[in-house]
Amino acid sequence: MNIPFILLQCATFFYLISTAGYFCYLFHQKNRIQQTALGAVGIGAVVHLFAIVLQSAALGGLPIYTLGQSLSMAGLSLAAMFIYTQYRFHLKILGVYATAMISVLMLAAILFPEVTQAPDKIYKGIFFFGHIILIFTGESMLALACGAGILYLLQEQGIKGKSPGFFFKRLPSLDFLDAVSYTCITTGFALLTFGLVTGFIYARSVWGSFWRWDVKEVFSLGAWLVYAALLHLRLYSGWRGRNSAVMSVIGFIILIFTFLGVNFFLGGHHQGFTQ
Amino acid sequence: MPKIILIGASHKTAPVELREKLSFSQEQIETALQFLKQYPGIREGLVFSTCNRLEFIYMPESGALEDKDGIDAVMRFISELKALPVSEFKSALYIHKGDDAVRHLFCVAASLDSMVVGEPQILGQVKKAYKTAVSAGTTGVLLNRLMHKAFSVAKRVRKQTGIGDNAVSISYAAIELAHKIFADLATKSVMLIGAGEMAELAVEHLMAHQVKKIVVTNRTFKNALELARKFNGQAVQYEERESALADVDIIISSTGATDYVLTRDQVKGIMKKRQNKTLFFIDIAVPRDIDPRINKLSNAYVYDIDDLKNIVETNISQREQETIKAQRFVEEALLAFRRWLDDLSVVPTIKAINGKMTDIVNLECEKTLAGLPHLSTADANAIRRMTRAIASRAIHDPILFLRNTGNHRDDSLYLNVARQLFNLDIPDHNY
Repeated sequence: MNIPFILLQCATFFYLISTAGYFCYLFHQKNRIQQTALGAVGIGAVVHLFAIVLQSAALGGLPIYTLGQSLSMAGLSLAAMFIYTQYRFHLKILGVYATAMISVLMLAAILFPEVTQAPDKIYKGIFFFGHIILIFTGESMLALACGAGILYLLQEQGIKGKSPGFFFKRLPSLDFLDAVSYTCITTGFALLTFGLVTGFIYARSVWGSFWRWDVKEVFSLGAWLVYAALLHLRLYSGWRGRNSAVMSVIGFIILIFTFLGVNFFLGGHHQGFTQ
Repeated sequence: MPKIILIGASHKTAPVELREKLSFSQEQIETALQFLKQYPGIREGLVFSTCNRLEFIYMPESGALEDKDGIDAVMRFISELKALPVSEFKSALYIHKGDDAVRHLFCVAASLDSMVVGEPQILGQVKKAYKTAVSAGTTGVLLNRLMHKAFSVAKRVRKQTGIGDNAVSISYAAIELAHKIFADLATKSVMLIGAGEMAELAVEHLMAHQVKKIVVTNRTFKNALELARKFNGQAVQYEERESALADVDIIISSTGATDYVLTRDQVKGIMKKRQNKTLFFIDIAVPRDIDPRINKLSNAYVYDIDDLKNIVETNISQREQETIKAQRFVEEALLAFRRWLDDLSVVPTIKAINGKMTDIVNLECEKTLAGLPHLSTADANAIRRMTRAIASRAIHDPILFLRNTGNHRDDSLYLNVARQLFNLDIPDHNY
């Protein structure tokens, strides 16, 4: 019996319930549904965390050796960050986006065949651990920023086009969405920065140099530069609102490509994580 | 069956000139309640008046007052109080009796009969009228029940239909938009361009949401000063309006100018200065004051009077669909009230008391007999007869009392007390 895998399936089940709940909430706007859905994400995340702890104990390190494991890790960190943002902003409708994304990640994670792979000895140590945690939570925050950005664009389109429709009532004010997206970007950007730094330190301890022109490294830096530019433009040229929302979506697309696309199309020393 | 009679006039039957004349002040309502209280044959009554309607509801003593006499008396009273000949308003009055009266009252309370269907103030006004009637001592069992039913159906309509959801007035629609653009209006400033009546109206609405600051500008500076003083705001010269844009967030424009008061280039320049912070232009002037191309600028939104009208119209048509659902709630509440009313007469009450006692006695008696198997059938039957006799003797006097509630007494009051003493009413539904 593979207990962690069963727990992962349980967690996925809760995430799916929560996704259904949030879609229900999108149409009916009943607070009770939203609370139930948020509760389901919470339970899912706890079960999920337990599964990953068991996996880590078995492997003697964080379970990020296969594509399935990486996706599952991304799902957990997204769930955790989503719960955190709910606690901070109460932007309930963001749940539709977040839970749908978590569910897709988890379904992919449990559908990919489990490849048993001998854990590599180099994937250990405090810097490796820090690198992984910071990168995943940072990217999760940026994913949520993209979600808030999408909500902004939806709401903005209705107001600008002078035809307030389905989303007008269901979404909060543009100012608020912009503020949520901005906070998510700054938090995510800080986490990502520390994640990259710990990555460099780790790389030096393993391969002897900070930077090795690995494809994933290059794309990560690219994504980091996009967000850095966004924050700079916002602070010094007043890039807020629509521009900021569009940038948060573009930045996140680059991140997704960095996370998955590089491994599928280009290769590099991060290859092992997504086999 | 007690009667319920409702006499009234509303925007549906009377033109505004007449409604103005008929509208009652609070003192006049109190006078009217005293009139109902003292009029022989009227047991309970309530008077309700807003700027759009006047309603008299009363319950005559059964058999003591002909419908026609009561109605004539009310009309005469209105005529005397308002110094209006009866003939002038008689044709504008509607008279509902029984179920129709109840239905009408429910519709009014639920804002289905309002000029702007779904507007939320009416329920508060009905509640106030009820309070006034209670303190004037003109309410009794029937009105209490009727009014509470009206409040609960109104609440149900509000909660379970989308009837109050959409903005159906221009200024309200504009404020709703402002709420969807800005997170907190209390931190935003408003600039009025033009000191017209429309602008004043819009600002009054905004003031209710407590904006941070109000800036007024007008071609004639004196008028701007006056209006600024009224709203505790600040007046700026008309020529300064462009630079004033740097510090405000919402602009309401209503000048009589034939050209655009603010052009795209002016706003584009100012947007840089304000770090692209959002600007919301509400243009209620015809011809338009604000260059519509400003809407194309990033983080600037322009709504002119036609855009607002379109929103209002879509909202109104959506509201009409919700009305059908609301009407079903009203019918359900009417049915529940009707059932309660029917039970509130002598025969059903006596039957219910009898039935309840018989049930209790039978239950307890059989419980005891089950523990006494040594008794013969004849003994058991004797005990059964005895317990039933005790029960019927015990309720004999109360029943006799209920049968002989004299004409001078308010039988519905006693019936209601009896029903409550014996807990005969099925618990009220959840609305």
